[in-house]
Amino acid sequence: MLQVEHLSYDVVEEGKQSEILSDVSFTVNDGEMLVITGPNGGGKSTLAKLLMGINKATGGKIILDGQDITDYTIDERAKAGIGFAFQQPPRFKGMTVRRLLSLAAGEPLDEKTCCNLLSSVGLCAMEYIDREADATLSGGEMKRIEIATVLAKQHKLCVFDEPEAGIDLWSFSMLIKRFEKIHKEKKESLILISHQERIIQMADRIMVISDGKVESIGDAKDIMPTLFGDELDGCECRRQKGGELYGE
Amino acid sequence: MENNQTKVQNTEAEQTKTELDKVTEDVLKVIDSYGFKQEGAYNLRLNGMAVCHGDSRHIHIVKKEDKPGIDIHISGEAKDEQVHIPVVMSQEGIDVVYNDFYIEDGADVTIIAGCGIHGEGCSETRHDGIHAFHVGKGCNVKYVENHYAEGNGTGQKVLNPVTKIYVGEDSTFTLETTQIRGVDSTERENYVELADNAKLFVTEKLMTDDDQTAVSNFDVELNGEDSSARIVSRSVGKGKSHQVFHPRAIGSNRCHAHVQCDSIIMDQAEISSIPEIDAKHVDAQIIHEAAIGRINDEQLVKLRTFGLNEEEAESVIIENFLR
Repeated sequence: MLQVEHLSYDVVEEGKQSEILSDVSFTVNDGEMLVITGPNGGGKSTLAKLLMGINKATGGKIILDGQDITDYTIDERAKAGIGFAFQQPPRFKGMTVRRLLSLAAGEPLDEKTCCNLLSSVGLCAMEYIDREADATLSGGEMKRIEIATVLAKQHKLCVFDEPEAGIDLWSFSMLIKRFEKIHKEKKESLILISHQERIIQMADRIMVISDGKVESIGDAKDIMPTLFGDELDGCECRRQKGGELYGE
Repeated sequence: MENNQTKVQNTEAEQTKTELDKVTEDVLKVIDSYGFKQEGAYNLRLNGMAVCHGDSRHIHIVKKEDKPGIDIHISGEAKDEQVHIPVVMSQEGIDVVYNDFYIEDGADVTIIAGCGIHGEGCSETRHDGIHAFHVGKGCNVKYVENHYAEGNGTGQKVLNPVTKIYVGEDSTFTLETTQIRGVDSTERENYVELADNAKLFVTEKLMTDDDQTAVSNFDVELNGEDSSARIVSRSVGKGKSHQVFHPRAIGSNRCHAHVQCDSIIMDQAEISSIPEIDAKHVDAQIIHEAAIGRINDEQLVKLRTFGLNEEEAESVIIENFLR
């Protein structure tokens, strides 16, 4: 179980202290899927980075399975059982996709396992396995490989920062099925940061973050109507255009 | 060439193996990634002397009479064959060797060369390998060259290769040159001429550390119609080392060339990348790219999310960059 208690994150810009996240508290139970949504610039990705240790919280605690991991480094958190998929994954000159997946898995992966992983994110595996994970791949291809790196190993908690970004509709459907499967097996807890209605609909619970604060958190059935109900002006219009609640 | 082929008819069966010491065996393992064996066509030069050599049916090695070195004659009937010509220096001194390759039309061969120095003394150990490749028509030639030095000696370990390559019509020449560690100083001179429809693929990998220096000059003359060249140079500079790259592509006909130099700079290293492209024909298409930068923080962070610490992540990035 993940417990986040009164987490805050401040930065100093041009000599002035600015609060990016303030007093964020929530839990994610074992096998639970929490979707974090909210307007752009509200602090969702910052929260994800704090969970992985990429940014250091300026206040509060993060507890994973009873262990205080607040001061853990990135690699210590990975070893503690957190997996993380970046919104914009980096590229690696000279590193094959297979090597990247093997590093993610923590052991050399055979061809069949690599192929299965890549297929599960909608990539025709044999075309990619020996290619370099560099600028020759498109943003969408890199994004799917990024998701596959998290799927390469079983974690206690997987954090996906906008997994839908840059992915075509066909691959997105496959991705949804993959998340549904993980969720059904209840072996891993999932935190998905997303604007996508189909992802939000899968959640056990939903947390809305706005202006660095938790605006609302609760069971999906309670939060969903506030997101997709008529009371939010313009939502219906945006949904019809692209299925994104807060997207531009 | 025919006489040479006749002379080697019975040599394969007659070859006897020369016993090599552990230092030589260990250095060979590093510099010959295909695995050096005293089988087929090979020539091992140890401390300035050819200590063992063998011919194959299609590859004949002849010792030069006028200067140190060998002539390697490769028949057009050679298909998917290898010739190994490593050099090991475990004693101080200067060794200059001239190796000339004569590759007949239609040959398909991989040439594995390279030099390894094991230096325990306080004087300089230097090897200058001066190679010339005369490649016929319709050939497929791969040349793999690994440079490496080891040992606790304070004497400079120096490698100064000179490589001249003349690629005939419709032939493909692939050059893979790697210097990963231990060499204090290197000055490389490469010169390539491409005939009609000849293709050149070059991959250069280099890592320097401490006070090491490396200079690499690479001239490619695309003289033939529809000739092409792709040169990729990747390097890592650590410590206080200093690297200079000067690839130059000259298009004198309808041709295509792409030169790419990428370097990772670390510590107090200095790297200069000076790509030069000269077009002397209206249909010459020549592109160069050059980039020098530190290890990307995002790459480090990504690998750390796999559980690697910063040092391990850095090592993986360098290893794969130079792969």
